[in-house]
Amino acid sequence: MATTTMPPPRRARASNRFLRVVIDHLATVAAVGSTIVVMAPLIAIFGYLLFKGASSLNVAFFTQIPKPVGESGGGMANSIVGSGVLLAIASLMGVPIGIAGGIYIAEFGRNKRLANMVRFTADVLNGVPSIVMGIAIYTLLVAGKGYTALSGGVALGIMMIPTITRTTEEMLLMVPLNVREAALGLGVPNWRSVLSITLRTASPGVITGCMLAFARVAGETAPLLFTAFGNQYWSTSLTQPIAALPLQIFVYALSPYDEWHRLAWAGALVLIVLIVVSVALVRYVAGRGVLKGAS
Amino acid sequence: MVKSETQVPRVSSQADVTQRTESSLSPVPEPSPSPVRTYLLNCGSSALADRAFSILMMLCALSIFGIVLLILIELISGSKLTIQKFGPSFFFGSAWDPVNGDFGALPFIYGTVVSSVLSLIIAVPLAVGLAVFLTEMCPAWLRGFLGFFTELLAAIPSVVYGLWGIFVLIPLLRQYANPFLIKILGWSGIFVPPNYGIGMFAAGVILSIMILPIISSLTREVMSAVPHSQREAVLALGATRWEMIRMGVLRNARIGIVGAVILGLGRALGETMAVTMVIGNRPQIVRSLLAPAYSMASVIANEFNEASDPLNLSALIEIGLALFIVTIIVNALARVLVWAVTRGAPVRGT
Repeated sequence: MATTTMPPPRRARASNRFLRVVIDHLATVAAVGSTIVVMAPLIAIFGYLLFKGASSLNVAFFTQIPKPVGESGGGMANSIVGSGVLLAIASLMGVPIGIAGGIYIAEFGRNKRLANMVRFTADVLNGVPSIVMGIAIYTLLVAGKGYTALSGGVALGIMMIPTITRTTEEMLLMVPLNVREAALGLGVPNWRSVLSITLRTASPGVITGCMLAFARVAGETAPLLFTAFGNQYWSTSLTQPIAALPLQIFVYALSPYDEWHRLAWAGALVLIVLIVVSVALVRYVAGRGVLKGAS
Repeated sequence: MVKSETQVPRVSSQADVTQRTESSLSPVPEPSPSPVRTYLLNCGSSALADRAFSILMMLCALSIFGIVLLILIELISGSKLTIQKFGPSFFFGSAWDPVNGDFGALPFIYGTVVSSVLSLIIAVPLAVGLAVFLTEMCPAWLRGFLGFFTELLAAIPSVVYGLWGIFVLIPLLRQYANPFLIKILGWSGIFVPPNYGIGMFAAGVILSIMILPIISSLTREVMSAVPHSQREAVLALGATRWEMIRMGVLRNARIGIVGAVILGLGRALGETMAVTMVIGNRPQIVRSLLAPAYSMASVIANEFNEASDPLNLSALIEIGLALFIVTIIVNALARVLVWAVTRGAPVRGT
């Protein structure tokens, strides 16, 4: 390190020293360089999205349904509402089951083999391609019956479960044991203590975990291709095909029309804003110390 | 029910209470020495409620196994037709002819494997470099900012990457990068015209951008798990900073880094939308990386809704089944490797 002040060790030659310092500097340059190379596409993606998306956003985007090919204007109101419906179904299904699974691992299954297996399976399930989930839901709910909004919501809901289970577990494990002891010492039944004391103490973290899962499935396209299918018109019926923002972006991006490309960029910007806000919120809450009130 | 519980502390000794709180995390409290307490715990309605609650929670946790089983059963029953008709030769045939009912998945497997490996070749050095910079060199004020940015990169939906790929990345590749690669590497046959922009190389590049955050955040986690004493010991022997990172950190974390890379591979194998939008969608096996290709996930995405013939549908589902089994194995392997290093510390799933 400090080559000039330290006397050289017995056998190390000065040139060797010099070489090592040069390699050290080269490694630093390489690390900084790779950081810059990684940041470049991110900045490019965000910059381009803001530039293209913002110039295409207008009131009509949020209030109108798509116009036929060749006509300008139109919006994605039906897709935004459709995504909302799909995400509502997904959350109704994924959030309770996911949180309950997390409670089991953290509160009832500590150091148990079964809990470890659940945790491991949840991690593995997290990495299963979403398109596979789409096929499974298709053969289960869609084949022979037709595309429905409900099946799309179920596919997204299943995808939320492993993420929420893992984050809930992590957040519950951060709650100090004293809090549980205090509750039990007052004679509160265990189930009551878990729900109103432990879960409540960890609730900021659990909620942000749910938002993270929400943000993740909000952008999912692949599982919706064969379940929700997409729709050019207004529909909020659970038994009909329904439009969704990511599906519509996919269709418009591959279309040959400039007008539709414009809408695709605007849709992508709306999606990204939703996701960035959730991620930022998660970081803000996590950085503040999830359990400040408790400890 | 509250009443019976409130009596517990009164009749039990101090030692008893601490013992109970320790065991309170198991669904049924362990039998205690005091018979009165045992009686109270088992006769009150709260005992029933506690048991019912813990069973309900367990059922929800078990639903995760249920999901895996459900997917497996649905996929196997959906692909019965082709499994019976073609057997293992399905994965070695390269015909894809829905009209004559002849299906082979080799071009799609080739496309998936080559684009994923290509993405790893691009992403791994950059991801490790980024992780080294963030954990060992970066000033604290910049670390949070850059960490947030990479997290954002992980949160961008696949379809938005695809959109960006079509309108920004592909023109860039077609005009600048590909002609350059053809000029310097054209002799190898890997980069030869025709240069459409879309193709295997574009898929590899977009995949590498997508898996980079996952690899780098897990690598960071693994590197932070290396004890500081290791770094200090190497520095105390007179090592430079890079030697400290190489010998003290990377060597200790190497198993976890391999795990992170395999996890990234799992993501790349199953990535659908962005790849579908840039790979060119042509089932062929050619040497040039600039030629259009097809991947397992994208053939499902493109053809599933149009497949009216049961055999065609079954072939697509069997590709999905193969994808499912491969990603399960890859992910399980990766998790085990990451756990081997960060044992005890929770692994953050992204």
